[in-house]
Amino acid sequence: MTATLSPTSTLFRFATAGSVDDGKSTLVGRLLHDSKAILADQLEQVARTSADRGFAHGDFDFALLTDGLRAEREQGITIDVAYRYFSTGARSFILADCPGHVQYTRNMVTGATTADAVIVLVDGRKGVLEQTRRHLAVVALLRVPHVIVAVNKIDLIGFSEDAFADVAAQARAVAAELGIDDLHVIPVSALEGDNIVDRSQRTPWYDGPALLELLETLPAADQLEQELEPLRLPVQLVLRPQGGLAPGIDPAEAERLRDYRAVAGRISSGVVRVGDRVEIFPGGSATTVTGIRAAGAEVDEATAPQSVSLEFDRDIDTARGALVVAAGTVPTGRREFDAELFQLDARTLTPGIRVLVKHGTATVQAIVAQIESRYDLDALTHEAAQTLETNDIGRVRLRLAADLPLEPYATSRHGGSFLVIHPSDGATLAAGIVRD
Amino acid sequence: MTDTITAPATALSTLDLLEAEAIHVIREVVAEFERPVLLFSGGKDSVVVLHLATKAFAPGRVPFPVLHVDTGHNFPEVIAFRDETVERLGIRLEVARVQDYIDDGRLQERADGTRNPLQTLPLLDAIAAGRHDAVFGGARRDEDKARAKERIISLRDEFGQWDPRNQRPELWSLYNGRHTPGQHVRAFPISNWTELDVWRYIEHEGIALPPLYFAHERDVYARDGMWRPVGPFSPPRENETVERRTVRYRTVGDMSCTGAVESDAADLAAIVAEVAVSTLTERGATRADDRLSEAAMEDRKKDGYF
Repeated sequence: MTATLSPTSTLFRFATAGSVDDGKSTLVGRLLHDSKAILADQLEQVARTSADRGFAHGDFDFALLTDGLRAEREQGITIDVAYRYFSTGARSFILADCPGHVQYTRNMVTGATTADAVIVLVDGRKGVLEQTRRHLAVVALLRVPHVIVAVNKIDLIGFSEDAFADVAAQARAVAAELGIDDLHVIPVSALEGDNIVDRSQRTPWYDGPALLELLETLPAADQLEQELEPLRLPVQLVLRPQGGLAPGIDPAEAERLRDYRAVAGRISSGVVRVGDRVEIFPGGSATTVTGIRAAGAEVDEATAPQSVSLEFDRDIDTARGALVVAAGTVPTGRREFDAELFQLDARTLTPGIRVLVKHGTATVQAIVAQIESRYDLDALTHEAAQTLETNDIGRVRLRLAADLPLEPYATSRHGGSFLVIHPSDGATLAAGIVRD
Repeated sequence: MTDTITAPATALSTLDLLEAEAIHVIREVVAEFERPVLLFSGGKDSVVVLHLATKAFAPGRVPFPVLHVDTGHNFPEVIAFRDETVERLGIRLEVARVQDYIDDGRLQERADGTRNPLQTLPLLDAIAAGRHDAVFGGARRDEDKARAKERIISLRDEFGQWDPRNQRPELWSLYNGRHTPGQHVRAFPISNWTELDVWRYIEHEGIALPPLYFAHERDVYARDGMWRPVGPFSPPRENETVERRTVRYRTVGDMSCTGAVESDAADLAAIVAEVAVSTLTERGATRADDRLSEAAMEDRKKDGYF
């Protein structure tokens, strides 16, 4: 029996970053429009509003497709991440359209944490600007698997190979400085559609893929995590239905399930098979997997990022917040660690304050022991700092009330990411990644 | 021992991945909240969320009740389906009735006769009465531009209000559902599903739906470019001609605001094929309530609507 549904396309998540002037909305609109993701009534609504705003007949203000809030349309700005959906024969896409204004770094961080790829828009006439560097720096810190620099408005620089080569070289230099190793640079015209869905006849000197072609073929982060990392499963809850079995289970089966007990969670990396030896953090007790349900159905094996429940060969004292790992790979529990924080809340983060840290399914009390430095996104250097303000990225030391199985973000996006939460009002203060 | 890890041969499909995400969300909410409830209308999206909940807790039963805000204008077939479903799954049904509020004067019937906007008050009262700190819904981000900006776990104040400019950032797959007394969250496990994903999933899983979704003959009349049903809450006006046509519903709301589309799609495979080539969104095609203005959904959500 297999857990896999119909073998259609896989899912790919990407985010776009860039300012309004770079043509980001036009690019998003073009992608949606050319992949036929915009339906007639949506287009009609956009056309009507575009005409009201003085756009020439037949021209669309594509920003209207993603600026969903009244305030956004009134002020002509994008406030919040908007999610859009489209699919091609090869894949389904979830697009997080992130505002590019510097004061909205939090949205950029939001989009980048779940993205398999980020597209950074650059105006081909202006080249790599300070803002491009900032976007690339955030993307590099968050280790987005694939980075695409779309050099836009190639039509306005005469489809010039030399002009493109200049911008591409600038982008590659910044990426190298930041340690981005998976970089793709594409010459595009979002307005006219060159190299968006199909390869353009007007850039014969470019022999790489069109943007959509690239998005259809890059491996998703899930695939990478499932193949390269050992099993990790944060325990969400323990299922123990006892008398509360679902109706309709036949009596013999109900008898077999009388003592059913399983840990439920979503596999964050790796593969698990019936018969595998696993260990549990905390405590380190070892056991064997005797049964797996993926989305409720019994299976022999499951992989990241499936939601499963695991039965073990003996009762293990475990609860929400625990971590099931492949035997021999238990992370060391840590009470004090260095992190990079993205300060997202409007309040200032100061040394000594008490917070909550949510890591996997565990939430523990913590103290900001020390703030070491702030990352200067323009100079790409760290400068000494005592506090972190909104949109600052900084290095801090955190002290925890209980051990957590922290792993460096560089080797595990799941094991190395956490939220910093205000202990009384519950606001998310910062996004954090474990440094080493 | 486990040093070498080989990937399984079968790649996960889009539906597998969406299902895994939805079950993760449902389990997070059940683990972190005391008294969750699912808004269940009998419409396809809430049916899918309930189905996902059965899978999340199998072989146990769904560990939370469902809540239906009954406008009094529901299709009788949908009410019957609702009752059969909760009976079959052995879960508790809570019902908040708009009619009760109209009868005792807490709400006034609207001039246009639609009751969809009247649901908010009974909903908020039912959430408070049930002391529900988390409310699951079947909303999807592809439905509407305002919904495209809503979080999967979305905080509401004690008036049920959504503050779109002050939402918590949604990072990795770490959901922050912490709240203070009086606040609750709305949880949308199928936020990232499209209409076509929902139909493909229903087909794959063989999920039962109210018969309205399938092509059937019905007395209808044309209004605002949709086929409206002839019924006690939606009589035709004098100049509107009643015809018998083969129609089906793409969304199931009130009789007074939901239109049907002409269709011969009588089974799930035919519906999937029809939705895949549709050139209209489901709300644009069938919901009069969303045509009120470009920000109709945003305004209702801010007031505590689903």
